[in-house]
Amino acid sequence: MTSDATEPDFDVIVVGAGLAGSVTAYRLAERGLSVVLIERGDVPGSKNLSGGVLYGRVLETVFPDYLDEAPVERRVTRHVTTFLTPDSAVSLDYSADGLAEPVNAVTVLRAKFDVWLAGKAEEAGAFLMPGVRVDSLLTEPGPDGAATVVGVRAGDDELRARVVVAADGVNSFLARSVGLRPKPPTNHLAVGVKAVIRLPRVDIESRFGVSGDRGAAHAIVGDCTLGIGGGGFLYTNTESLSLGVVLRLDDLLRSGHTAIEAFEHFTQHPGLAQYLRGGELIEYGSHLVAEGGYPMVGEVAMNGMLVAGEAAGLAINSGLTVRGMDLAIGSAIAASDAIAEAVASGDTSEAGLAGYRRRLDESFVMQDMRTYARAPKFLERPGMYGPYGELIADVLHHAFSLDGTPRQHLLTVARHALKRSPVALRQLISDGWAGVRAL
Amino acid sequence: MGGGASTVKPTTVPERLAVNSFQVDEDESHIVVDQELCRTTGTGAAIIAVCPASVYSEQDGLILVDQAACLECGTCLAVAAPGALTWRYPRGGSGVSYREG
Repeated sequence: MTSDATEPDFDVIVVGAGLAGSVTAYRLAERGLSVVLIERGDVPGSKNLSGGVLYGRVLETVFPDYLDEAPVERRVTRHVTTFLTPDSAVSLDYSADGLAEPVNAVTVLRAKFDVWLAGKAEEAGAFLMPGVRVDSLLTEPGPDGAATVVGVRAGDDELRARVVVAADGVNSFLARSVGLRPKPPTNHLAVGVKAVIRLPRVDIESRFGVSGDRGAAHAIVGDCTLGIGGGGFLYTNTESLSLGVVLRLDDLLRSGHTAIEAFEHFTQHPGLAQYLRGGELIEYGSHLVAEGGYPMVGEVAMNGMLVAGEAAGLAINSGLTVRGMDLAIGSAIAASDAIAEAVASGDTSEAGLAGYRRRLDESFVMQDMRTYARAPKFLERPGMYGPYGELIADVLHHAFSLDGTPRQHLLTVARHALKRSPVALRQLISDGWAGVRAL
Repeated sequence: MGGGASTVKPTTVPERLAVNSFQVDEDESHIVVDQELCRTTGTGAAIIAVCPASVYSEQDGLILVDQAACLECGTCLAVAAPGALTWRYPRGGSGVSYREG
């Protein structure tokens, strides 16, 4: 600390010890910058919640040995996507050894994982300040007249830095407070409601068809959300399951249902009983999810401040995979490189920090955000959450149910099923084409 | 293995919240509703519908707030009309404390 109010206390203040914040703090401390990592939870991770699948290849570029060091749960070698109807289930089940060598995705529990990651930042020299809520940004008029972020206020304390990193999560209060990012519309947001269910290791392995340190990730659409846009998930941890629904807010409000009804409908669905029976609830949580995709990214830098991770709207729901954590890490790599460059050059204005957006754009983060830019609009199409699952189930019912009537070609069966379904052929083609283009 | 034929035992929201760890801030509520705006803008009904923790309920036309149950997701704020809801994170160290996450 210094007596001169205009002299920064640190090179960088990082707000939020999630994946974006801790990786940013780690990489900057590694380079010898003075970094404080402020976290409102008593312990890093204690306020953080994800569905639980981390596509971890990008983390390996920062921590090559993270799989051995970090408290990861299981290595995902089986991805199952299921259309549920009230009384049937149709699944696409992909399992491959190739997903284990190299490891593509792992399940994590954030309260355990994030404390490890913040510890890495601390080891590298970042000063961790847990149990502190940042109340507001300190701003001053910059040389160009525009507001410049010069620090943060927490209670009666003020801390100053050359750069503040807002890694404060999807609600992004800091970026909102200075008008950098607007409050997102409800069709860009979803609420995730999750339970963690304890289950013996032997039951997990037999029910999900995995063994050792391997695990499965199930994505479920259709009847599980009461027709509300979104889906369900069921992931295997070492000795527990992560189970939940993600519900798009505009659709939830339109539906007349509550988030609680949708969650309870899903967790009691007969199609899930084979996996869950005998399990014991050990935690109940929720998280607001950024689902706006590319249009939601918007402004990520201003004089003296960068926005990283889900605070910058970085999340992708492609229908098959739901991603946020890997994008948060990718944004942290871009942010820390840009900040190191800006601090070295002595220019931490918006122009000096422009390397952040450039690096983001060049990296997989924005490339993937652009690739899936059409996905949110596609997934807003209502057929995805009811009629399609029923249509497929109907086709398969006629294909497998040998009731003594003469068999028909599958195409004929499908045509008849389509006639019975509320789905119009024109709509099926339109949605199918949109799906191919979006995903 | 596994025993009964049923799925995970059905639970109520209070039963689910009871397994969590909370540090309640007795001095400061992080949630304040504007009753008038909650009524006139429909925010009251919306926040009741979206909150996974039943923080909000309605009694005699008033929105009641059980801030101790809050999971701190911010979904209520996302659906609230401007001014109808003041919602911030609880003070450092208080509120929900995930052990799994």
